[in-house]
Amino acid sequence: MLTTADLDTLLLTFQVASIATVLMLLFGTPLAWWLARTHSTWKGIINAVVALPLVLPPTVLGFYLLVLMGPAGVVGQFTQWLGIGTLPFTFAGLVVASVLYSLPFVVQPLQTAFAAIGEQPLEAAATLRASPWDTFFSVVVPLAKPGFMTATILGFAHTVGEFGVVLMVGGNIPDKTRVVSVQIYNHVEALEYSEAHWLAGGLLVFSFSVLLVLYTALKSQPSAHPLK
Amino acid sequence: MTNILARFRLDYGDFNLDVGLQLPATGITVLFGHSGSGKTTLLRCIAGLQHAPQGFLEINGKVWQDSGRGIFLPTHKRPLGYVFQEANLFPHLTVSENLHYGLKRIKHNSGAVKLDQTLDLLGIGHLLDRRPAHLSGGERQRVAIARALALNPEILLMDEPLASLDFKRKQEILPFLSRLHEQLAIPVLYVTHSQQEVAQLADFLVIMEEGRTLATGPLSETLSRIDLPLAQDKQAATVWQVTITEQETDYQLTHVAFAGHSLSLPMVDAAIGTPLRLQIYARDVSITLEAPAATSILNVLPATISGIADGHSGQCVVSVQVGKQPLLAHITRKSVLLLGLQVGMAVYVQIKGTSILN
Repeated sequence: MLTTADLDTLLLTFQVASIATVLMLLFGTPLAWWLARTHSTWKGIINAVVALPLVLPPTVLGFYLLVLMGPAGVVGQFTQWLGIGTLPFTFAGLVVASVLYSLPFVVQPLQTAFAAIGEQPLEAAATLRASPWDTFFSVVVPLAKPGFMTATILGFAHTVGEFGVVLMVGGNIPDKTRVVSVQIYNHVEALEYSEAHWLAGGLLVFSFSVLLVLYTALKSQPSAHPLK
Repeated sequence: MTNILARFRLDYGDFNLDVGLQLPATGITVLFGHSGSGKTTLLRCIAGLQHAPQGFLEINGKVWQDSGRGIFLPTHKRPLGYVFQEANLFPHLTVSENLHYGLKRIKHNSGAVKLDQTLDLLGIGHLLDRRPAHLSGGERQRVAIARALALNPEILLMDEPLASLDFKRKQEILPFLSRLHEQLAIPVLYVTHSQQEVAQLADFLVIMEEGRTLATGPLSETLSRIDLPLAQDKQAATVWQVTITEQETDYQLTHVAFAGHSLSLPMVDAAIGTPLRLQIYARDVSITLEAPAATSILNVLPATISGIADGHSGQCVVSVQVGKQPLLAHITRKSVLLLGLQVGMAVYVQIKGTSILN
């Protein structure tokens, strides 16, 4: 059965994933919008940077974040100057690391959805007196709904499933940075296979359910392409 | 009398636009040209969808763009209606929601009453709850026209609204456009590459070629200019505005009058006094020096030759004036020589056939 410690890690995981997902949508939406529409030479570079976590070992990202956010790092100096100390081994640091690590799972579906909308509905909205902001909320968001669904679910699920970055940046501190994936590792290290089964099995069922719901919902969504 | 003043210069390297236009503030002005002539780009510049770096645009006395003074009104602040080549309805909204999208966003909401009229005029009242995906191409385009008109715009811009439709759908919409023409008080700029649409809808014509304006002027004058390629075309035709004066039911004929002359047409089912738009193809017009004593052709009119130009493969284009109405005739070069036709000569034109456009 799940112990209190296990339940605590579940709660913490849920908190990290929720906050990270909200932040990723907040930052990822304008970023994806810019990437989908710009012809800037920076597009390639930014695209590559956002996609890096997809190919890098999580430990690499975790290592650099640790260095950057540590007392001697640029970010660390800045956060100390702000008077909030350093981020590694804190809940906030865990959230920051999660955001960076899972960002491509949010940005890429949004970028694809925005690009598929094309110029035409935006021009139609402009000729119907809608300002750019108005157009974004009244036309782009509804047409990109499948993209937002995918981005939210993948961003959340991927944050729940991370391990390497968490361990590097967050460590293994109960109630502060110990998330489910780390707890499973702890159980296995201690040869507590039955406890590990409960958590690992739970995560497996969770991930599968989420993906099943997502792909079933997407299949029934009408195409985001504007009508000719 | 207010006007539309438009000057745009735009350089894309392989294409550049350089136009200066003064257009009437009423009726339908057709921007006519082949694809790549810049007519759509010009329309997009007028709408502000494209920002010409050098431009000046004044409509009804209001400046929408003046690059010299750094003025550029964004599209959403211009009181215009725009109909795209493809209806471009919002797929996530119903027909009714599409129609109200713009209406909700204008401050002075005087459009509500007009919307009912527009729905009637375009015959789309029964489609309001449908999604665009469940409309035919013609229905979609009619909704798009209604959506633009619902805003009560000061000018209506239409970019080849019929080009993506098949022949049958075109025939379904053209009558609506003709009716719009009669009822609409605002100026319409209409882009097309179809001579048929020009003949049917235009009051004023702008012919474009390679980003320049080749000719601008009232429809019949511009169509009958023999220095333009249009007059050489096999489909070359002039358009006359006439009025029904008499119905001769025994012979199934309708008599119409224009500027002191009259014509007989195959029976048109309409009341006396009804205005008609007639299209007369240059190939259906022949020229004689004297009034023929006996001919099967009913419509023989006195005319004065105003111009002669060489055409393709042994043909000549002759322009004549019937009263004040210009008319084109395609005849052979040999006939021109045999009859000794010259500018200023008084002749007779025989019109073999006409087609009624509305």
